[in-house]
Amino acid sequence: MTNEIIRKTDLSGANYLIEIIVPQIAQRFKPGQFVIIRIDEKGERIPLTVADFDSARGSITLIFQAIGKSTRRLATFKVGDAILDCVGPLGKPSKIEKFGRIICVGGGTGIACIYPLIKALTNAKNEVLSIIGARTADMLILEDEISQLSFRTCIATDDGSKGHHGFVTDVLIELLDEYKNSGGIQRIIAIGPPVMMKAVADITKPHNIKTIVSLNSIMLDGTGMCGSCRVFIDGEMKLTCIDGPEFDAHRVNFEDLISRLEMFKEKEFEALKYYLHPTGYIR
Amino acid sequence: MIEIGGKRVTMMEQMPKQRVQNFRSVPFGYTEEEAISEAQRCIQCIHAPCEKMCPVHMEIKAMIREIVNRNFKRAFLLAKKDNPIPAIAGRVCPQEDQCEGVCPLHGTCNGINIGKLEAFVADWAMKNGVEEKFHIEEKEKKVAVIGSGPAGISCAVDLRKYGYQVTIFEALHMAGGVLQYGIPAFRLPKNIVDYEVSYLSKIGVDLKLNHIVGQNIMFDELRRDFDAVFIGTGAGAPQFLGIDGERLKGLYSANEFLFRTNLMKAYKFPEYDTPIVCGKVVGVIGAGNVAMDVARCALRLGAKDVYILYRRTKKESPARAEELQHALEEGVKFVELVNPTRVIGDEDGWVTAIELIRMRLGEPDKSGRPRPIKIDGSEFIMELNTVVESLGTKPNRLFLDMTPELKTNQWGTIVVDENLMTNVEGVAAGGDAIRGNATVILALGDGRKAAASIHKKFLRRQ
Repeated sequence: MTNEIIRKTDLSGANYLIEIIVPQIAQRFKPGQFVIIRIDEKGERIPLTVADFDSARGSITLIFQAIGKSTRRLATFKVGDAILDCVGPLGKPSKIEKFGRIICVGGGTGIACIYPLIKALTNAKNEVLSIIGARTADMLILEDEISQLSFRTCIATDDGSKGHHGFVTDVLIELLDEYKNSGGIQRIIAIGPPVMMKAVADITKPHNIKTIVSLNSIMLDGTGMCGSCRVFIDGEMKLTCIDGPEFDAHRVNFEDLISRLEMFKEKEFEALKYYLHPTGYIR
Repeated sequence: MIEIGGKRVTMMEQMPKQRVQNFRSVPFGYTEEEAISEAQRCIQCIHAPCEKMCPVHMEIKAMIREIVNRNFKRAFLLAKKDNPIPAIAGRVCPQEDQCEGVCPLHGTCNGINIGKLEAFVADWAMKNGVEEKFHIEEKEKKVAVIGSGPAGISCAVDLRKYGYQVTIFEALHMAGGVLQYGIPAFRLPKNIVDYEVSYLSKIGVDLKLNHIVGQNIMFDELRRDFDAVFIGTGAGAPQFLGIDGERLKGLYSANEFLFRTNLMKAYKFPEYDTPIVCGKVVGVIGAGNVAMDVARCALRLGAKDVYILYRRTKKESPARAEELQHALEEGVKFVELVNPTRVIGDEDGWVTAIELIRMRLGEPDKSGRPRPIKIDGSEFIMELNTVVESLGTKPNRLFLDMTPELKTNQWGTIVVDENLMTNVEGVAAGGDAIRGNATVILALGDGRKAAASIHKKFLRRQ
């Protein structure tokens, strides 16, 4: 059945993995793209990155963190349940070719998004160095899968429970230094919280290494209709949904992105309160 | 008998104070007796200029006569014959510029309220389960229709009546296009849109939702798998002024504001998941129908003061008379002869004010309306918390970027010939995709005309 969930895994740290049957999307999906789902009649349109896809089985794998009302609602779905809508693939695919040596930086659920890129870039004969990080070892996802594919994998956790005690950017600085005299780094891809992507961009800019980020702006239709995902690239307005989601990190105005992501924060909190205590809810 | 020149039968509607608290329909619609009384005012003039002015040439005179005869079914079938969605057109057509504007009674007294009579017969049919019945002689040829807005609906219906196998590809999760995401429920109740859309499946149109042509299904595939294609992709891309401060939180395109409110039902938040942040003081840039829709939605979302910020005056507003009147009754205020120069925000990135420059009216421009001219040094600041830019929309580049073979003009609309055929063999287009910002009824007319062109093409080839 289309849109049916055929696998669900609790990845700990409030992260969930679901595999859903969407043959048309699975056949057309290319790394770097995303989907928009709607759980049910009352659901919002949620943009989600695709962690994996299997065109033979006709399925895609989504990883999400259940924090707000919508994602918590999605987390209640079981194997055999179906979501109402899943549209995609959306956005422009990532550029996959032989670049040479690439560093892929993934933070939090951004790791799910960067995983298909690591896979595709490795297949394209690149030497992929992966840096993945999370707040705690518990919240780290896809560690084994990424380690198996990557030429080298480094881990960072905020609390030091695994790998480097600190940020992924600390590791990035070390790697840049380490490879400086042995061919350098040809390309960097960073996907994670906007503050992380901004920090990566700030570090790589003086090194003049092409750095790509995948932005997670607030989206609605995902087809260029509403302009809610507008971002500013060298001062020019672009839409993440149809011009992105990937952009040149050195040209992105991250302050605006971070600010705009706060637009519905209070509403999201209100929605969560309503979800947790519907009867006691006072508007 | 009612004497000629009598007044229009008043349309009962929700009182302004009450209706700004809800999203229910403003007019209640005519009762049978009211509809008959209004229909009786029609003098059944020989020339019926109303029908000539109607973009789909509905048989208005005959429809009105049947209402007088209390034969509502016949009246409905007459309306439906030329207009696949009379319940919608009756509510959103700019009648004062079309049928009602040329009614001989217009001027001396009020023209016949044709729009409300049309909506009446359609509502009556819906309530009484009366449907148009026709025999479809199935043909093998397949036609793809891109977009399920007014143009796509009317094209699909006519193509089905000719007997072709029709598939509609709709990008969103619901069919109806602008009828669904754009026009608010208080102007066009969504059960009516749902009913009219469900008619498509009833007559055997295959409706594919979540299919974005140019993104997850390619134009080439449609051309390969279908014998003809109709493009009714509308004008869905918002325009921004390009002034400072458009990055701020609290600034929306009209599309986003209406999409959240109408399609995603943000007015029912948090029962529905999609939120909208609407401040106490709202400025809407622009004065067309969409701007009125935004302004009236904002009031219903709890705004205290809603201002239309317009570079001309109320008189030049392109909005329908009824929309303008309803908005004013509800307390929407006009700030005339101003143009925004920048949007101002606080340190957290939220809109706090807008800077406007005063304008004066000069010589008429190409649209026939006086051209607004800036008055240098007249900038002033107006405090507000929400800004919505309603500057008109343009065709979506997502589709056009992926179809470079389609000829477009400098405004990004698709170029067609007099039969609505594009430069690409077997591909027709209509509605806002070829016109920019136009009306539901013109899109309906285009859909029908394109269906006829496609039909003729097939006949010739056989």
